[in-house]
Amino acid sequence: MAQNESGALLSVRNLTIHYFTDSGVVQAVNGISFDVQQGETLGLVGETGAGKTTTALGLMQLVPDPPGKIVEGTITFNGRDLTKLDKKELRSYRGREASMIFQDPMTALNPVTTVGEQIAEVVKIHKKVSHAEALKEAAHMLETVGIPAERLGDYPHQFSGGMKQRVVIAIALACNPHLIIADEPTTALDVTIQAQVLELMKKLQQEYKTAMIMITHDLGVVAEVCDKVAIMYAGRIVESGPIEEIYENTKHPYTKGLFDSLPSLNTKVKRLRPIHGLMPDPTDLPPGCPFAPRCPHCTDACSTHMPEPVEVAPGHQVCCVLYEKSADAVQ
Amino acid sequence: MKIGLRKNSQWRDVWHRLKKNRMAMFGLAVLILLVLLAIFADFIAPYGVDEQNYSEMLQSPSLRHPMGTDNFGRDIMSRIIYGTRISLLIGFISLLISAVVGSILGACAGYFSGISDTIIMRGADILMAIPRTVLAIAIATTLGPGLVNAMIAVAIGTIPSFARVVRASTLTVKDQEYVEAARAIGASNTHIIAKYIFPNVLAPIIVQATLGVATAILLAASLSFLGIGIEPPTPEWGSMLSAARSYIRDYWYMVTFPGLAIMVTVLALNLFGDGLRDALDPKLKK
Repeated sequence: MAQNESGALLSVRNLTIHYFTDSGVVQAVNGISFDVQQGETLGLVGETGAGKTTTALGLMQLVPDPPGKIVEGTITFNGRDLTKLDKKELRSYRGREASMIFQDPMTALNPVTTVGEQIAEVVKIHKKVSHAEALKEAAHMLETVGIPAERLGDYPHQFSGGMKQRVVIAIALACNPHLIIADEPTTALDVTIQAQVLELMKKLQQEYKTAMIMITHDLGVVAEVCDKVAIMYAGRIVESGPIEEIYENTKHPYTKGLFDSLPSLNTKVKRLRPIHGLMPDPTDLPPGCPFAPRCPHCTDACSTHMPEPVEVAPGHQVCCVLYEKSADAVQ
Repeated sequence: MKIGLRKNSQWRDVWHRLKKNRMAMFGLAVLILLVLLAIFADFIAPYGVDEQNYSEMLQSPSLRHPMGTDNFGRDIMSRIIYGTRISLLIGFISLLISAVVGSILGACAGYFSGISDTIIMRGADILMAIPRTVLAIAIATTLGPGLVNAMIAVAIGTIPSFARVVRASTLTVKDQEYVEAARAIGASNTHIIAKYIFPNVLAPIIVQATLGVATAILLAASLSFLGIGIEPPTPEWGSMLSAARSYIRDYWYMVTFPGLAIMVTVLALNLFGDGLRDALDPKLKK
């Protein structure tokens, strides 16, 4: 596992988040580690229930407690361990240093306050400015995300879905944070708007030199905006690496399965090949590799021990028994 | 660059819906009339509130005294007009007290849940286990008669119902994504409750309040009727009823008009409250 490289904006080590519910311990995130550099975009990919959103909430220190708890691990942001910050420090961290874009813009805005007030609010919380100045800043942010400033006084219900997501982006960017966590920012939007919003996010990210964690289950979105990808399965990162590596040199059977389930323009296939079976129950994970029950290359070793990450190419790590002994035993 | 803040647009929608409801508008008209009566009582009332005229005792309604006179020769209509002041004052202020206290308690209970929820809501349960009138009587007797004490007695009994309504709405609002988003921008709990929870639970609070004023007025009148609220000679409707009770066999108008006044006020408030609830209910939006 890579050591804490100097210069990494965010480095997560062995993060484990469990939800302690009445029906058992939900092992949502199990010992994940990754780094995000300044200005870099990391794609966090996985199917529903893979622990992506919990990871995001963990990074914001917003895991609902109870029942959620960060059991283990450290989150180092700009040299500080977030798990050790007190409430006040956390409040100044949220929104100012890292902010979050939520999945559903329809519900992420307060319905009874004008969008201008909502953008101004972040500014007022973090900077000592007057209300008028904050509103001016809000107007500027609205223009930045491509909404005319006259709409400052409009309520969220007067905006379309794509516009609302732009407002959410404006709120996230208002204090010029170092890191943006985007939790499936385009899932609730239709395809044409998705492209616009992604483009806007990419543009603003470059403009503001912000690092971004893009959580999605859409490999197309990842290809468009990300520099690095981490594939999550059942709360673990099964494969991670630079985007070209993952797309060109796919190693993990699960990642392969994900790509196989995508329709392609270049090759004509009669039927897509979905991954059979379902994600294991997070309250009752198998002792070995969580993907073993669905894996076409499953061996006896898979169901008994959890493979360690192996570096198959510079920066490209895979967690699979197939690559544990030698980098190219199979393939 | 023109930055026009079009505020309160959702209240404009509510007003539009409310305007279509004739009963509610009738209620509102009566309420406005009552408020005007209360404010301008000094100019409207034909006689002074305590103006006694022993030569005109116990007269039936006539042109000189449209609602008759009482056993001290006081003009009943004038007293009822002045009484509007007292009744509306008690109704609104006691409701304001219970709405503020109840909403804050309810929002805290719903938002923080856990131990604070248990303490607040079990306290509310205890208060609710006692019938409101009995509770108000108990408090009023302990505190003694008087305007402020009557208000407090009426207010305390109403706090739990506010706390419950607000808590229930808070529970649904606090799980909304925008509350999580507020946390994600670094807003503190007090800030979230004030800026996110309250504005979003305002509708049920308002409905509860309008309907609550009616019960508060009734309760205050009951207390005065029992002699533990506002004491004579203050022209409170309930105490007027109480004073007139011994004359009920021979002088019907002494009890009828104060009773009617209470009824009209409560009816108007209820009509308006019902209409407001319908107007604020998004499910009825067209």
